[in-house]
Amino acid sequence: MTDTTDTHSDPAAEAVAASIPERCPVTDLATDYDMFDPDYLRDPFSAWAELRDTCPIAHTERYGGSWLPTRYDDLQAMAKMVPILSSKSPIVIDMPEALAKDDATGYNAASPISADPPEQSWTRRALLPHFTPKGIAEDRSYTERLCNELIDGFVDEGGCDAAVDYAQQIPPRVIAKKLGVDDGMVDEFIEWVRGVLELGLQQPELRAKYRDIIRSFFAAEVADRRVNPKDDLITALCQTEHEGEPLPDEVVVGMCNLQLVAGIDTTWSSIGSALWHFAGHGDDRRRMADADDGLWDTAIEELLRFYAPVTMARNAMEDVEYGGVTFREGDKILMNFPGANHDPDHFEDAHEVHLDRQRNRHVAFGIGIHRCAGSNLARMEMQVALKTWFERIPEFTLSDPDAVTWAGGQVRGPRIMPVTFG
Amino acid sequence: MRIKVDAEKCEGHSRCYSLAPELVDVDDLGNAFELNDGEVPAGLEDKARLIVDNCPEFAITIEE
Ligand code: HEM
Ligand code: SF4
Repeated sequence: MTDTTDTHSDPAAEAVAASIPERCPVTDLATDYDMFDPDYLRDPFSAWAELRDTCPIAHTERYGGSWLPTRYDDLQAMAKMVPILSSKSPIVIDMPEALAKDDATGYNAASPISADPPEQSWTRRALLPHFTPKGIAEDRSYTERLCNELIDGFVDEGGCDAAVDYAQQIPPRVIAKKLGVDDGMVDEFIEWVRGVLELGLQQPELRAKYRDIIRSFFAAEVADRRVNPKDDLITALCQTEHEGEPLPDEVVVGMCNLQLVAGIDTTWSSIGSALWHFAGHGDDRRRMADADDGLWDTAIEELLRFYAPVTMARNAMEDVEYGGVTFREGDKILMNFPGANHDPDHFEDAHEVHLDRQRNRHVAFGIGIHRCAGSNLARMEMQVALKTWFERIPEFTLSDPDAVTWAGGQVRGPRIMPVTFG
Repeated sequence: MRIKVDAEKCEGHSRCYSLAPELVDVDDLGNAFELNDGEVPAGLEDKARLIVDNCPEFAITIEE
């Protein structure tokens, strides 16, 4: 386990930050928003509020150019503009041509998230039975044991880094166990996933490097399961058929890649953001100390709404007019699900956390055909991670609010978060 | 009171099933369907309204 509790540093992130040329300040959000601006990472909410009123589909030239919708109704409508708004390259920044590969975009890359129908439909159908409420039921006791063991490791220390020592440790083990890969490799998985989805976003070589590492890792796993079937999800996918034929190896490799990448960064961000909220909001924290199941349910949905971590991208396949703007063929559109969740037209007191919010049609897990296939697993992990934490550590605060760092762009969440118990 | 899940709109978020397993179940792909032909047992009307208000796909409707 990485120990950054004493140092409060994130050397990998610092190295990337140091290599990026200084950014010019944002003068006009509507034409020049910057998804990696440190102020925006800390507080995107005020930017979305301003844009929703002045320019609900903003544009920027930064990072290869993109569009940013901020209204709930627009996100609902755009999620359904399939396949004109295609998912073939759902990462917020495209790879430069030279580093792009045939298996890096499109349905081989990371189906179903990087595919459109019909490939999206059958690859998704292969995954879904393993992720229904019943399909994930047996992952719960493992997760409970895991969370308790993690807490055993630091509970007597008086504090920990709740992002690094706890939130970040849970999802990689849960998905590794489900897929059937070595959970002793968790530190590597964390490094790889941050490489493709966080630190590599602005560093194409880094991203390509980790993309290739993940693919070759799963290529070996898939080749192994073809000859040594086991009782795990990789084997189940290898045995799934489409039109009478087993799913091709490249597609299964892409699907495993997706589950590792989509299952880790996202869920640890949500667990981390929830703990960050409770560490800084004593009233809400004390309320959860003796919460019943009903309050836990609404509280988790509300934290998912408010701190929704995931922004996915779409690619305009032809010129298309929508909501007063024209997306040109090849344009990137950011599916700003987090922004939609703060739209006051759909959420009363949208800018406030109400742990018992009764009407909550939030879209943290996306909407339409790409609705997060892992949402039941993610919700279970959040429940277990937070309930177990509160049972063992009901009182905790941020040791140094200024030491907290946030990642974002594709997945927003705290990366360094020292907390003190008691 | 009856509820109806529109299978075309439902994308399997399972919010309805978490909130009201007395009223809906989900199939092997996670898509919801009504129990008892959608008939809402007396006393569960508020739960029926709750699942309508929490479906992100606007897939559930109530017929009084
Ligand atoms: C709190 C945690 C999570 C959040 C907020 C989240 C969010 C999302 C979102 C917004 C999408 C939609 C992508 C789009 O519209 O392009 C998505 C898709 C997906 N997620 Fe998650 N996710 C989480 C955890 C997980 C976990 C634990 C898994 C487990 C493997 C997972 C697997 C997937 C898959 C396979 C898809 C692709 C579905 C498709 O394209 O048909 N996610 N997720
Ligand atoms: S909440 Fe809506 S989309 Fe989700 S399973 Fe129920 S009906 Fe389907």
